[in-house]
Amino acid sequence: MKHASKNTLLEVENLHTSFSTLSKRVAAVRGVSFHLKKGETLGIVGESGSGKSAMAKSLTRLLPPVSARIDQGKVYYKGEDLLLKKEKELCKIRGKEIGMIFQDPMASLNPTMRIGEQIIEGYALHYGATSKNERKQRALDLLKQVGISEPASRFKQYPHELSGGMRQRVMIAIAMISSPSILIADEPTTSLDVTIQTQILELLKEIQQKEGMSIILITHDFSIVAGFCDRIIVMYAGEIVESATVEELFSSPKHPYTKRLLQSIPRLDAPFSQKLYSIEGSAPDLSKEIKGCPFAKRCPYAIDSCYDQRPKSYSISKSHYAACSLFDPHLKKEREKEKECLTPF
Amino acid sequence: MSEIELLDHPSQEIEEINEEELSYWKDAWLRLYANRPALSGLIILTFLALCAMIIPWLSGYTYYETHLELKNSPPSSTFWFGTDELGRDLFTRIWWGARISLFVGVTAALIDMVIGVFYGASAGFIGGKVDDVMMRFSDVLHSLPYLLIVILLMMIMRPGVATILIALTITGWINMARIVRGQILQIKQNDYVAAAWMLGASRWRILLRHLIPNAIGSIITTMTLTIPAAIFAEAFLSFLGLGIQAPIASWGTMASDGLPALRYYPWRLFFPAGFISITMFALNLLGDGLRDAFDPRLRI
Repeated sequence: MKHASKNTLLEVENLHTSFSTLSKRVAAVRGVSFHLKKGETLGIVGESGSGKSAMAKSLTRLLPPVSARIDQGKVYYKGEDLLLKKEKELCKIRGKEIGMIFQDPMASLNPTMRIGEQIIEGYALHYGATSKNERKQRALDLLKQVGISEPASRFKQYPHELSGGMRQRVMIAIAMISSPSILIADEPTTSLDVTIQTQILELLKEIQQKEGMSIILITHDFSIVAGFCDRIIVMYAGEIVESATVEELFSSPKHPYTKRLLQSIPRLDAPFSQKLYSIEGSAPDLSKEIKGCPFAKRCPYAIDSCYDQRPKSYSISKSHYAACSLFDPHLKKEREKEKECLTPF
Repeated sequence: MSEIELLDHPSQEIEEINEEELSYWKDAWLRLYANRPALSGLIILTFLALCAMIIPWLSGYTYYETHLELKNSPPSSTFWFGTDELGRDLFTRIWWGARISLFVGVTAALIDMVIGVFYGASAGFIGGKVDDVMMRFSDVLHSLPYLLIVILLMMIMRPGVATILIALTITGWINMARIVRGQILQIKQNDYVAAAWMLGASRWRILLRHLIPNAIGSIITTMTLTIPAAIFAEAFLSFLGLGIQAPIASWGTMASDGLPALRYYPWRLFFPAGFISITMFALNLLGDGLRDAFDPRLRI
């Protein structure tokens, strides 16, 4: 546990999750380790299918029980391994200690339940001793806090009577009612338009400062992460390729994948004629075993050893790590032999 | 000095919260009440049920009393719906038959629903191997020829209402189970189910509060289709000798008795057939309305 400290709230070690279909087994998360500090905002960035959501859902074992399996790994929350806990014990952690907001606010509210009941549901489960009126009062306060006007009448409405932005606010209220110490936001703004996006993010930030909770923000949008997070983890093909603070990542990305990813963001100041950059090739098939670096096939700096040896995570600074053999001093000579012309740094 | 004047902010005070809160059921009832066709369906069914309870005692005839000199007489002031081939009063027999038919139809549908929803929801919810085994078992049961099961039942049971109910429900629940399973499989993929898990809800809570309420539309629709089917199936079973035995009658047996006489004494078919039709019509209206009433998305 290289990061372990008093402030560490969540510690994930070598997490492997896979999904099986009738014919094959897809390794969606392949050995992910990271940590989350108290009050910290951690961004997890990656393209579709890079295993971000599967990883987030593995943390509280929220994956479909039949097709998905957590193969190995440890998830320490306040020193206890969540993956070893019984379902019943987990029920006490879900919602109360770790809350989650889902991607599609249109689909994440039960259409047959009133808004109010849904907000109270979690609170009633964890704080059974409170009276009905107390719960209702708390729900109304919270609705007001997340910026919903006329909370009392919204309280009685059904989800289909609310707009997307309002539903996402309700989702936040649902996740916040038991004041969890970690909030996992799985692409919370993807299906909202840009103005609502900003509002929702600001709301999250505001609540975070008030409650002092940690947030794990999962997204594929770098622009969101830049203004919102303290630290960023970049995932590719189920692995963490780079992790750094926001400043480090944006000013000096180290991993070739991160560099290209950042390069492919459209820029307003780029000349009009310039084509948008895109990374050649496509992400590897996760149903086949990947021996070496998953990015090797698309990486111009790849040398022979990249294909059959999984790169270790190299420390660039105290808070900056990249899993790339470019930073392996032992491979320097080999690299020079194979690719004389290419010296990226 | 600015020329723009700020309007008063709307009061941010939390509004009065003591207003009466509608429960799920009360809300559904209000919505059903507002749905005129469904309400008329409900009124017709209630009327039929009340008549079936009261009229046999008031009509002045019994279902077995024969008037051989007045057989096959057309509707008149003495015999409102005419008489059958033994001169029994059809009006009285219709309402006796209503008791049997409505009872068998509704009870069979309810039993089917309880078993089918429980079985289908469990299979769909647990999923995986359990689902496979449960559904294959029901497939096997479903693939047994219905007539064979009925004949086997006839060997061991005496004809009567209980036997009919067993015969109707022994395979009848499978249809409901399949539909509910399919619905649950689909619904459990929804994010709101994952969200409920994430709140720390237990399995039972997820099943009862999040999955089944969202499947209630299909459950009710299937149920309203089961009732007329059960009324017909009862007629068929009675014809085979498993169900209601003469002289007592149900709508189904009366209709099948009346069919050969259609050309000369059409009222013997028309009255039972008419009542079956009215019941089905009312049931369909009610079922439609119930589905709408229970699903907030379809609110008018």
